[in-house]
Amino acid sequence: MYNTPRPISLLLGFFLCVLAFYPLYGDLVFGSKASFFMSKLTTIVIFAILAMSLDLLVGITGLVSMGHALFFGLAGYVLALASPEYEAASIWYILPLVLLSCAALGAVVAFLTIKTSGIYFIMVTLAFGQMGFYFFNDAEFSGGSDGMYIMLKPDVSLGGIQLLNLDEKQTLYYLSLACMVFVYMVLRMILRSAFGQVLIGIHANEHRVKAIGYNTANYKIVSFVIAATLAGLAGFLAASQYGFVNPSQMGWHTSGYALMMVIMGGAGTIFGPAIGAFVFEILHYVFESFTDHWLMLMGTVMICVVLFLPNGIGGALLSLVQKKETTGEKNDG
Amino acid sequence: MDLATILIQLLNSVQYGLLLFLISSGLTLVFGIMGVINLAHGAMYMIGAYLAYAFVDWSGSLGVAILLGIPVMLIVGIVIERFLIDSLYSRDHLFQVLLTFGLILILNDIQSILWGNDTHGVPIPDMLNGSISLTDNMSYPVYRLAVSGICLALAIGMYWVIQKTRLGMTIRAGASNREMVESLGINVRTLFTIIFAAGVALAGLGGILSAPLSSVYPGMGDNVLIICLVVVVIGGIGSIKGAFWGAMMIGLVSTFGPVLIPSLASVMVYLVMALVLLVKPRGLFA
Repeated sequence: MYNTPRPISLLLGFFLCVLAFYPLYGDLVFGSKASFFMSKLTTIVIFAILAMSLDLLVGITGLVSMGHALFFGLAGYVLALASPEYEAASIWYILPLVLLSCAALGAVVAFLTIKTSGIYFIMVTLAFGQMGFYFFNDAEFSGGSDGMYIMLKPDVSLGGIQLLNLDEKQTLYYLSLACMVFVYMVLRMILRSAFGQVLIGIHANEHRVKAIGYNTANYKIVSFVIAATLAGLAGFLAASQYGFVNPSQMGWHTSGYALMMVIMGGAGTIFGPAIGAFVFEILHYVFESFTDHWLMLMGTVMICVVLFLPNGIGGALLSLVQKKETTGEKNDG
Repeated sequence: MDLATILIQLLNSVQYGLLLFLISSGLTLVFGIMGVINLAHGAMYMIGAYLAYAFVDWSGSLGVAILLGIPVMLIVGIVIERFLIDSLYSRDHLFQVLLTFGLILILNDIQSILWGNDTHGVPIPDMLNGSISLTDNMSYPVYRLAVSGICLALAIGMYWVIQKTRLGMTIRAGASNREMVESLGINVRTLFTIIFAAGVALAGLGGILSAPLSSVYPGMGDNVLIICLVVVVIGGIGSIKGAFWGAMMIGLVSTFGPVLIPSLASVMVYLVMALVLLVKPRGLFA
């Protein structure tokens, strides 16, 4: 699947248009709730970025990480801690700092975990994620379990002229949307590159790739670092949107939800996890709005996806499209 | 720290370690033999603790809670294995993670429906509510000693079942080569159900025994799950012996760590895990 089939590209393009023009028709369709839904959509788009970044690990490289939220949360904390107290931080230094921190921590975690595989990798990434959670949960400098506020959102200006005002909902919405498209492009580019081909090879059969002479450990570490950095971008946007960061954003439940989005959408398809994020969060919102026991419904949905839709929505779409053509082989995640 | 304090801390860490072993042994057993990772293991511990609260509330006796709680946990285990886990044996671990994660959400919700979201306490049984004096002004609660005794007895019992009995022999054989055991006419299907139910019951018993020591509250299973994963990773997945020494190690680290280096108290356990992974990526006893 190096090229998305045409019907799916068209479908994705259509979805993107629906999102891009939301500010135009939102008021007409949703009335007074339009602004609330725009915030909601921003959150979902940010989760889509997180889910796509996780897909590079889970779907492409075959590394099932249960600690991906660590980088999502870390980004928020770095933003909160490195911002000056009474003025907005300039995005030109704060964003690189956030991304570099996530990449650095990603490298450390990858170095420690990459020798493990399969179930071990799942458990160890989960444990490292929780290590970060408890570190920030118990640390006084970061506000403990209450977390930290980001009083002023990062300032995007050049030569004294403000380019973007992140306090405006619509600006943040479009910025997140642009980032989502950017991350999708980056991941597709990686997938097409020789580097990406090695990652796919590692997923299919690591021993063979090793036998050809590739140092698979290094490839996996680089893949992990890229995924951590992109998760950091999502975390940066999320912290900018909420205006605060707390430990639960890096807790293992967040990691589990992200993993669910990947599987629900279809691991290894890149566009799938983005769709998964939308479906997951919309279901979450709908369940939450009519019952207190939405957790049980979400749990049931998760179990049903595992039992009946293992290739996810993306996988189902692909096999629908490919039915006419030759029956392409499908990896099972 | 004087000698008596050290002694008490030592007893505490052994007691905590033994309890951790009891819970982690179920996790490592299910993984080692069935190749299934059960993230809902912590939720089973929580259900056990709530059952202790409910049964003690009703009967006034922790003994009754244990006698009634274990069968309930076994049934829960059998139902989950038969209806959900059974379809996952041939699938990627990823799906086991997600299915059992979904199960956690459902079990947490069931807990809040049945017992609400308040924190509850479970009284220590009268018979064990004393303490043994160590020095003139230091004493150690009997209940903690009793819990250690039960855990130790179970550890020895488990060792005996797995190493010395016919059931243990089939379990070990099933772990190393499922097809071969099946072709010898042994029903691995039933064996797996028994093991999964036993794993769930061990977690539940851990919950029941620790209910009087700590309070019973929503989400209590999460912390336990993560610590158990650390224990299992340190010891080597699937190794009962590893789970034992891993649990002892974590018991020591989490009791003495905060006293020695307070600033790193909460991450100490994970640092130990990271260290072990650096030296032995597959755990100490794998």
